[in-house]
Order: sequence, then C-alpha cells, then structure tokens
Amino acid sequence: MSSRDLILGRVRAALRDAAASEVPRAYRSAGTDEADIVLLVDRLVDYKAVVHREQDVAGVVTSLEPGRLVVPPGIDRSWIPADATIVEDEHDADAVLTAATVAIAETGTIVLDGSPDQGRRRLSLLPDLHICVVRQDQVVASVPDAIARLDPRRPLTWISGPSATSDIELNRVEGVHGPRNLHVVLLPPAPARAF
Amino acid sequence: MTFLGMPATAPRGVGNLRGEEPFPAAAHKALANAQLRRNLSHATTTIRGKSGAVISELPDWQELRDAGSALKAATMARLPELLEQLEAKVTAAGGVVHWAADANEANRIVTGLVRATGHERVTKVKSMATQEIGLNEALQAAGIKAVETDLAELIVQLGHDKPSHILVPAIHRNRSEIRDIFLREMPGVDPALTDEPTELAAAARRYLRETFLSTKVAVSGANFAVAETGTLAVLESEGNGRMCLTLPDTLITVMGIEKLVPTWRDLEVFLQLLPRASTGERMNPYTSMWTGVTPGDGPQNFHLVLLDNGRTAVLADEAGRQALHCIRCSACLNVCPVYERTGGHAYGSVYPGPIGAVLSPQLTGVADNASLPYASSLCGACLDACPVKIDIPSLLVHLRNEVPHPRSERVAMAAAAYTMDHPALYTRAQHAAKLSKHAKRLPPPLNGWTASRDLPEPPAETFRDWWAKR
Ligand code: SF4
Repeated sequence: MSSRDLILGRVRAALRDAAASEVPRAYRSAGTDEADIVLLVDRLVDYKAVVHREQDVAGVVTSLEPGRLVVPPGIDRSWIPADATIVEDEHDADAVLTAATVAIAETGTIVLDGSPDQGRRRLSLLPDLHICVVRQDQVVASVPDAIARLDPRRPLTWISGPSATSDIELNRVEGVHGPRNLHVVLLPPAPARAF
Repeated sequence: MTFLGMPATAPRGVGNLRGEEPFPAAAHKALANAQLRRNLSHATTTIRGKSGAVISELPDWQELRDAGSALKAATMARLPELLEQLEAKVTAAGGVVHWAADANEANRIVTGLVRATGHERVTKVKSMATQEIGLNEALQAAGIKAVETDLAELIVQLGHDKPSHILVPAIHRNRSEIRDIFLREMPGVDPALTDEPTELAAAARRYLRETFLSTKVAVSGANFAVAETGTLAVLESEGNGRMCLTLPDTLITVMGIEKLVPTWRDLEVFLQLLPRASTGERMNPYTSMWTGVTPGDGPQNFHLVLLDNGRTAVLADEAGRQALHCIRCSACLNVCPVYERTGGHAYGSVYPGPIGAVLSPQLTGVADNASLPYASSLCGACLDACPVKIDIPSLLVHLRNEVPHPRSERVAMAAAAYTMDHPALYTRAQHAAKLSKHAKRLPPPLNGWTASRDLPEPPAETFRDWWAKR
C-alpha cells in the first residue's frame, strides 16, 4: 500500500464519528467598512514605514537618494528620476521601486502580486530600501477585503513595515534580512478609464 | 485512547517529541534557574501586553475566534477529501506532493530530494514539523548541512541549545546572553558587538546574507494550505522566510496534514487571528503565499511533503481531536503560569506549554509522555487566550484519565500545579522552602514536583483573575 493510501485510510478510519458542521461568519466580512486612508497612514507609520502623500513619485525617489536603483519591467517610467542610476540585477541594487496590488488600512499592509509593475519576488527583497507606490483606489479596509481582491494563483507577498524580528525578548526590532527601509508613496486615485 | 483500525502514533527513536526525563524532574531543574525565569517573565509580560492591545482594536475578535474554531472542526471532518483536493491543485500548478506516514519516512523523502539536487547544504525557515521529526539530524547523517535562518533558531543552533517556545525558540535567552553566543560562535562577528537588539539583528543579517544568496535548496514549513487553490502560506517577520521561499532553485515544504483550510476565503479569518495572538502585531512583517511553481519567479522545483506522524491517532480520539486545530500561535504558552516558571525545555518535546502538554502525549501515545497532562494548574488561562478556542483544560483532564500512573504521583503533580495558581498557598510553600534548614525539599505532597529553594515570586493574583480583567 502506498503511504498516500495508508494515510488517507487512517484518516477515514479516525473520522468515522465526525460530522460536518456549520461555520459561523459573524465577523466583519468584505465590504463592511470603507477604506480609511488616514488609518492606513497611521498604521504604516506605527510599524516604521515612512509615508509620502505626493503626486511626484520621481521627486520622492530623488529625495531618498536611492543610489543604484532597480525597477520591475512594467513600472510607470514617469516615476523614475531622469538622473537615476538604474541597474539590471537586484543583487547590485541599493533600492527598488515598485507598484503594489492592494493595501490594507486596518493592518498597515501592502500586498505585491508579481504583476509587471511589481516584478518577481526577489526584486523587492534584496535591496535595502523599498519604495512602494500605492494608489488610493488600491486601499481596502480590512483583511477580508484584501482576500476578496487578490488572486491566489499569483505569488503574493504581504508586507507590513520593514523587516523586523520579535526574537529578542519578544519585542519588535526593525532590520533583519528584508529591506530595512520601507517608504510608501500614496497617490490620489487613478482617473476613471472609459471602456 | 481508542484506536479505530489503523491510525498510528509517532514512532520512537526518531524526532523530538519525547523528553529524556519526566516533567517533574525537568521542571525541578528549571525552577532552580532564576535567570531563566526572569527572561521568561520579561518576554511573556511584554507579549501579553502587545497582544492584548492589538486584540482590543478589533470589535469582532470573538466572532473571528468562533469562525476559526468552527473552520478547523469543519476541516477535520472533511480531511480526506480536502487532502486529495490539495494534492490535485498543487500538482496541477507544477508541484510534487509526497505523503509521509511517519518521521522516518518524511526524513527519507526530504533527504532523497536534497540528494537528487546534488547539493549538500539547505537553508531552513522555522518549521515545527521538521523539528518534530528531527530532520536536521537526519540530513546531517546524510552529509547535508541544514542552516537555520530564523534569528531565534540561529541563536539556538549557535548556542548548541534546544528550542523552548513555539514561536520564539530562544525566548529563554536575554539580549546579553545572545550577544555572548554570537561573539563565541558566529564566524566573522564584530568583536565590538553590543547587546543592542538592533545590532544583534544586523549581525545575523550580515552572517546569513551570503548563505541565502548561494544556497540552492530550502526546506520550509507552512502555516496554512488552501485545499481549493493549492496555495501555501508562510507567516514570518525577518525576511528569512522570503529568502528561503524565493531565492533557491528547489523548495521542499514539510507540513502536517492538519494545516489545511478548505477555501481561499478562510484565510481571511486566520490571517487576523494568528498575528495578533502570536507576536501581538496587527500583521506580521511578511507573509508569503505561493501556488505550485511560478515560471520566472522563485523556485522552479517545488515539493510538498504531507506528514502524519501520529496525527491520525490524535484524530481518532473524538475528545482529543481538537488539539489538531492548533495554529501554533503560542498564546497559551505566554499566559501559562506553569510555563512561565519552568520554561519550555522541561516539557521535553518540541511542543511545550499547554498545547504541548496535550499534543505531545497524543502524538506519541499517553504512556510515552505520561507526566505532561499534569503539567498544568488547570487555571483556564490557555483556553481564554487560544484564538481557535481549544479547550486545553478539558483535554488535560481527559488525558489524565488515560495515564497509567501511580496515584501518589498524580496527587503530587496535581497539588503542585494547584499551588502554582493560588498565591497564598504558594507563598506558604515558598516560605516553607526558605525556612527549612535541613531539607531543600518542600513538604509533601509538593516534594514530588519542586525541590528548589529558589522558588519564584508568587503572582499577586491568580491568572484567572488577571485574565478576567483584560
Ligand atoms: S493551542 Fe491555541 S493558544 Fe496554544 S498555540 Fe495552539 S492555537 Fe495558540
């Protein structure tokens, strides 16, 4: 007998008396609350991200003195400063500039899904500075709202503040293996497109 | 425990589910270690405060707990079908699914997979399952080096130590002990390293960077697996998880069969419960989710090892089954008066604290961990803290009824545990210990459990009272 059949057989034998039950979902589900931008900013800052509420992304990037910058292939070219030093390989980069897919106000979380303007996962992992551009129409209120928007078939990275650890005396300390500096540029909503 | 047909407990002679000595003997040593107790008390006090604060921000915390608890019960009831669904989805997305009936088989599978890559080093991101089965030891025996990348695991590995907490395996170490371990054991460390937590974190960053970049195989655990989509999720803080999950060519994930959730939507419950109950954060810094293989992004070879190792035996016990609902948040450890005094090593198993006191004996069979169901005062703080509402006190009582123990030992254990939760009695016991010139031991029935003069300060109030006020 294969281990697969052995385990499934054991599980079936073990569960002879189990009955399926209802799952109560009285918690706040998707669509309960409005996305609150002020709350998002508050939560991002609380976990040591720096927030810029600016139109001029390139200006913010320049002001952060990014050094060698890496960008995903589908990035909005207008976000890249004219005099930026762009490198091809994230190993050589000091900073990375990406877009985002969803931001969750209640938890101060940004989710990347590997779209062309966010790039493959290692791109936003190796550089020490991550500048992430979020449009206001990407902001949702809660975790259930985010789950409802995301596509699980894509590789997802949920980011809440810079890299940190709780391993020393159970306190949060920023700056371990991921980017030690997270800057979020919050843009106004994108203009409605005609279809 | 009633065995219905085939379900089997975890085998002996492999893995880390059985201690070398019974809980009372091990706890006795731990109680003599005042530094350990100070470290634990400091850390658990910190985390209780943080966790309480972020939990109180959510108006629907109780409703989330109700949903989480019911979701786990519903998952167990449909486990065979959901496991088959997960297998089909992961396979369709380019992954390979393996089934391991016990620790030996899981170790064999993973060792074989690593060997097949031709590499002799793997990076690891903290996984309770691989500690449970003793994977590092098995890899080492096969000439493969496993590098732990989680900061706490690194502290444990460099300190030639054992984990003592589910979430923070080095919780028994304070910052200056960590600095000393780094200075002694970390190649290339800056001799001027201070015990500032940011400096310690930076030292770990420097030390592991090259290893992350050059290692081609990683082994991980998983917090959740979604049957409906085949999606795996790892919640972490430092970014070492992201490194392990995205940089190597080959990723091997070892996961207990109980880690499933039925649908993608179900994650909306657990992604709220787990961070707030575990590290006391609204959200942990990084969560990675992946479904099979993504061309051009991350490991192009993905293996998922589904582990039984006693879980079906737990499942077979109708009353005990809920121990498998555990999402390893460690909240029950952080509120437990017994854990706070003895630390995690006393439990002997990789699963310490209240959940360990029920899960370890269930996985191994009660006879092999007979003293653990007594490692509790039954104060009820663990049940109140548990985000999926596992009734640990009732499980402990249930398991005590299965222990083949002499009555006298039961009495000693129960009395000692009871005393822990009753300040007046505890103070008297402490006094008795201090005043006793002839004997270091407490008067019976407490002498079976603790024989230390260095008893901890009693809590000002019982844990039940303390918790009720929160
Ligand atoms: S039993 Fe509950 S509180 Fe304890 S670790 Fe598991 S989920 Fe957390």
